[in-house]
Amino acid sequence: MYTLENVSKVYKQKGKTVTALNGVNLEIPTGQMVAIQGPTGGGKSTLLQMLGALDKPTQGYIAFDKRELSKSSGAKLTKFRGDEVGFVFQSFNLIPTLTAQQNVETALEPLHLPSRERHERARAALESVGLGDRANHVPSELSGGQQQRVAIARALVKNPDVLLADEPTGNLDEDTRDEIMDVLEKLWKDKGLTLIVVTHDSAVAKRAQRRLVIKDGQVSEAK
Amino acid sequence: MFFTYLRRELSGRRKQTAIIASGMALAIALVIIVNGVAAGMKAAQATVLEGIYGVGTDMTVTATPVQNANGQGGRQQVDIAGGAAIAGGGTQNVSVSRLISSPGATTMDAATLAKVQAVSGVSGAAATLSVENVNFSGQLAVAGQTRIPGQGTGRNATPETQQLNRGGIDGAGGSSFNVNRITVLGVDVGSAAIGPLSTISVTDGVGLTAADVTANKALVDATYATNNSLSVGGTVNLGGTDFTIAGLVTNSTSDSSTSSNVYIPLGVAQSLSGLTDKVSTIYVQAKDNNQITAVQTAITTDVSGVTVKTQADLASSVSGSLTSAATLIESLGLWLSIAVLAAAFLIAILFTISGVTRRTREFGTLKAIGWTNGRITGQVAGESLVQGIFGGIIGVAVGLIGVVIVNAFSPSFTASTVASNRPQGGPGGGFGQAAGQMAGQAAQGNAGQVPPGAGAGAGANAAASSLTTIQIHIPIEFTIIGIAVGLAIVGGLLAGAIGGWRASRLSPAEALRSVN
Repeated sequence: MYTLENVSKVYKQKGKTVTALNGVNLEIPTGQMVAIQGPTGGGKSTLLQMLGALDKPTQGYIAFDKRELSKSSGAKLTKFRGDEVGFVFQSFNLIPTLTAQQNVETALEPLHLPSRERHERARAALESVGLGDRANHVPSELSGGQQQRVAIARALVKNPDVLLADEPTGNLDEDTRDEIMDVLEKLWKDKGLTLIVVTHDSAVAKRAQRRLVIKDGQVSEAK
Repeated sequence: MFFTYLRRELSGRRKQTAIIASGMALAIALVIIVNGVAAGMKAAQATVLEGIYGVGTDMTVTATPVQNANGQGGRQQVDIAGGAAIAGGGTQNVSVSRLISSPGATTMDAATLAKVQAVSGVSGAAATLSVENVNFSGQLAVAGQTRIPGQGTGRNATPETQQLNRGGIDGAGGSSFNVNRITVLGVDVGSAAIGPLSTISVTDGVGLTAADVTANKALVDATYATNNSLSVGGTVNLGGTDFTIAGLVTNSTSDSSTSSNVYIPLGVAQSLSGLTDKVSTIYVQAKDNNQITAVQTAITTDVSGVTVKTQADLASSVSGSLTSAATLIESLGLWLSIAVLAAAFLIAILFTISGVTRRTREFGTLKAIGWTNGRITGQVAGESLVQGIFGGIIGVAVGLIGVVIVNAFSPSFTASTVASNRPQGGPGGGFGQAAGQMAGQAAQGNAGQVPPGAGAGAGANAAASSLTTIQIHIPIEFTIIGIAVGLAIVGGLLAGAIGGWRASRLSPAEALRSVN
């Protein structure tokens, strides 16, 4: 699915040059569950952003199913994200003024579906994560674990090919963490999607088929 | 999704929505009230000016005054004895009525009317002749009467001798008489829509028609009629001729150039006053209100020796609190409206930008899940537009309430108008001086000659201005309301465009990094 060749990403921050990724070479096959571990500032989130086409590399080649992402236009990358990628964030990133169902529907907006179909799919996605009865609640009325489930429903409602999760359990307690990882694992198995999880938590990383370690911008297989 | 997100966002962030809408509402209300007051002031000024010209008159044409070397406006003579010599010795009873040109007024050839009517852009014109009926009655001392010697004016002289030797009441050697003046306006009875006939209303009897062009019929001012016990069907003597009073009228004007004690047909006024083929003022109506200045220029070019004044020219002569307030509203009101609108727009823009900044994570997430820049910009612009519309609707409501309140108080202002271009020469001094001068002329054998401007100096100056009190009424103009709502929409769109641009500039990675 993913092919990365000699990918580097350099930032300039306050006059200083920061190398987040340094010549990364990586292949991730379709349907694999991968955990990327590493210390803070090691480049985990930057790598995830490259994989999710949220940013472009300073140098190197990135392809998804042989379609090059590294030199595509912003509009093409936006469409790629809208059609094929689901995101789950550490802070849930739900829209505070929308209900759980409406938050899930935001992911279907780029697909320009009829409103009825949009409603039905969003409802089904919420039920698949066990929140069918919380559809009309706004995020402030949900617990952390419930909010993250809504975020997972939002990520999966469009049946993406890949799900990218950036510290999905970072703001949750242990019990809820396990709960969320159970949900993610089940969905991965049921839908056959490629699941890439960035985490600093070894307990989460152990659940993955494959573990990668990133440090100082370089990726290696975990031992 | 668009309307759902918009509705949820505006109701979820009520404070921001309220602040932006309030700023816009205040600006819109102020625009409505200030422009309404300005329109009310303009209407009030137009009312004052209409009172000078009457409805349907756009400009007036008068002969350009010519000052003589002595600074006097010209001499007038009134022959009260019909040219006959008055025998010397003793006194003579006098009772005459003469129609003369209004002192200080200028006249021009009646043919000027046709010239003016022929000017391009003139829709219609009507001429008038402003005259006065002067009535002399009493006793006139004649030249030749000598002082009674030895008696002088001392206490040994008889009262009659004292009076004679002192020269009588007026110092003119024994004369005693009254001079009455009434203003008379000769009007074109065939042109009721232009000029003075358009400003008078018949309150009793009938008006003058085209059939009365040579008739000795008159319209009398109702107040003058009451004060002088005149009524419809009665008569009024003008220039020695009895005129049948056809009707009593009131005048809606505030200026003496179109108001008069008596109105008679123009031709009859010309004939009786000896001012055959003369007119004093021509009232002109333009075909197009937008061409008034051009018509004014054309008349001045095509017709020599005339002065053409429009309502705009007269507007400069209107003074008083109405003018002061109107000027204040016009200049200050305009800048106030601009300043408040600019402030409201700025508030809307700043709050929108602030909201976009606070929603960095939100927009970054939406971009991450596939929302385009255009979609996000449209969402922000839509929210701002609705906030602007809210503000506009509230502003219109507050503005209309403000208009109703101002109209309930009906503030009043005064306006003083000066409409005459008569020369200011000639002696003043009232009727007493006139009588003395006339008696002096009689003593010299010029009996019946009224010296120039006799008693008319003060009168001419007094007749050239009048004071009017006008109550201001603010009109509710839907055009202004429409413009105000349009401005609110523009303000919302402007804020939304700028805010949306800020949102679209966000890179999803930067937005998410800023969160993490």
